[in-house]
Amino acid sequence: MRYFTEDHEWVDVDGDIGTVGITDYAQGQLGDIVFVDVPEEGKTVTKGDEAAVVESVKAASDVYSPVSGTVIEGNADLADNPGLVNEDADGEGWFFKLTLSDPDELKDLMDEAKYEAFVAKL
Amino acid sequence: MSNINQSGWRPEMTPERRASDATFTGNRALMLEEALIFEIGSTETTGVEVAEPAKVASRLGGLERNAPIGLPGLSEPEAVRHYTRLSRQNYAIDLGLFPLGSCTMKHNPRLNEKMARLPGFADVHPLQPVDTVQGALGVINELAVWLIELTGMHGVAMTPKAGAHGELCGILCIKAALEAKGEGHRNVILVPESAHGTNPATAAFAGYTVEDIPATAEGRVDVEALKARLGPDVAGVMITNPNTCGLFEREMKTISDAVHAAGGFVYCDGANFNAIVGRVRPGDLGIDAMHINLHKTFSTPHGGGGPGSGPVVLSEALSPYGPLPFTERHPDGHITLVEEETVGDRHPHSFGRMCAFNGQMGMFTRALTYILSHGADGLRQVAEDSVLNANYILRSLEDTLDAPFAASGPCMHEAIFSDDGLPEGFSTIDIAKGLIDEGYHPMTMYFPLVVHGAMLVEPTETESKAALDQFIGALRSVAERAKAGDESLRSAPHFAPRRRLDETLAARKPVLVWKDPELAQAAE
Repeated sequence: MRYFTEDHEWVDVDGDIGTVGITDYAQGQLGDIVFVDVPEEGKTVTKGDEAAVVESVKAASDVYSPVSGTVIEGNADLADNPGLVNEDADGEGWFFKLTLSDPDELKDLMDEAKYEAFVAKL
Repeated sequence: MSNINQSGWRPEMTPERRASDATFTGNRALMLEEALIFEIGSTETTGVEVAEPAKVASRLGGLERNAPIGLPGLSEPEAVRHYTRLSRQNYAIDLGLFPLGSCTMKHNPRLNEKMARLPGFADVHPLQPVDTVQGALGVINELAVWLIELTGMHGVAMTPKAGAHGELCGILCIKAALEAKGEGHRNVILVPESAHGTNPATAAFAGYTVEDIPATAEGRVDVEALKARLGPDVAGVMITNPNTCGLFEREMKTISDAVHAAGGFVYCDGANFNAIVGRVRPGDLGIDAMHINLHKTFSTPHGGGGPGSGPVVLSEALSPYGPLPFTERHPDGHITLVEEETVGDRHPHSFGRMCAFNGQMGMFTRALTYILSHGADGLRQVAEDSVLNANYILRSLEDTLDAPFAASGPCMHEAIFSDDGLPEGFSTIDIAKGLIDEGYHPMTMYFPLVVHGAMLVEPTETESKAALDQFIGALRSVAERAKAGDESLRSAPHFAPRRRLDETLAARKPVLVWKDPELAQAAE
């Protein structure tokens, strides 16, 4: 099941493991991405915290963690190939995986249909 | 009037058969190709014959260099030609209108240069006895008096060496003042979305947590949101006024009063002071600290032409915390430097120093020359003409380009447009590259972030109406080509020394140091 934030992050939840990325809409707004800084394994993040940084030719942005938890893996492929986020924001361009500490937080997030409606109004 | 752009290439002069017009040298008449200096100079040659140094026993403990250093050997004319040729591929304010928004690329008057080259200013050393540099210290002191007068502030720190350095100086004053009051726990600096990008960087560098304050739809600070965020943890706010949307923050006094009532300080980014100099005194708006970019408002060269200089004016509340050293004029006209050794108990709360010596002397001389040659009325006209020129551009182009804040009243010193209304596949960068073909440096693009595909144009007071009309014509022509879906625009520039560069690749895989291609290939 995939959930979305108003800041254009997504989190895919499988059991208590969440995979976080930015949406295709977000990568389109940023333009060509030139650098991604993902959190290290073991880092604890709180929902809404700055967890990663993404830089494009136009701008640098913080990526906020959609949920709280402990990071178990950062996407190492993004260091050499940040363009993966442009090519496949919803898949190969994921940022980090974490163990969710409070699955109840997911209730505050949008599902895909709601997010699409949210973006349509922007 | 002619549509021909005198400052650059004329499109109709381009040969029709571009593919086959290659010359033997790669040069095209006065447009000269130039290789990198490492590629033209061989390590086997040298422009100067130096005798082999006598063998001496090394005392470097095995750390001495054991391979050639690899510097290209060029004769003096070869070196001079190399850099002169490269300079001809560049754009400069001495070549034409430089519309880079937020940068205030105005003319650098030659009188400034003449004054700065007087030996008494140019050939002094910061460690000379003060009795031998009274003229130079007099320049610093008189410029300080002018800056205080023009801003209605209480004191000024002359030493910061650029805008962001000045920001840091101002924030360190705020920090020192809060600590002196026992309020060092205040750890948040509020920065509106319409502020300069250096503001949050400065606050973070000084150890503060930065929080955004949103902009209103009309492009100004959301005063209610700012007031709602004020509290016992807020050290201060950093506001750029006029802001990066090119608008004057009309509620500045209300904002200052609210911040002061909540126990914080107000920092104003004065990079855009050019729009209000002689018209508005920041001190009257309740501002506690503001840097002044001498290299913008006061016409000293920048952007590769010279160092910046960012004196910071301070309110009465912050002045005691300003940095050392500073000049002091005595009743008999003698000027001394107040430094650690001589400060005594007159300035006990200074937070320290911003730099080793007294600041950018060469820029002080130029800025004071500019101020004295304009006078108070002339400086006022600087602000008026810069605002008039920007509004002329805004109103001339709002029918062609989307102007998001056109309804927010007159703009100040810069006009802002968005990429709204451009067809699919065309963006701000295509307009910018098209302007290069028209012989202009592009405007600032994709900044400020609050405007989608922003194009920020600042003509300054330098330009005549004829120059503005020509620029407006060029920008209109490029914008209309984009709106008509002219595919050739997407591969512009066509007439520059280099075509469109792969900026993404350059950012992703920067090559910062020249490497011998053979060695580089061997390494891979």
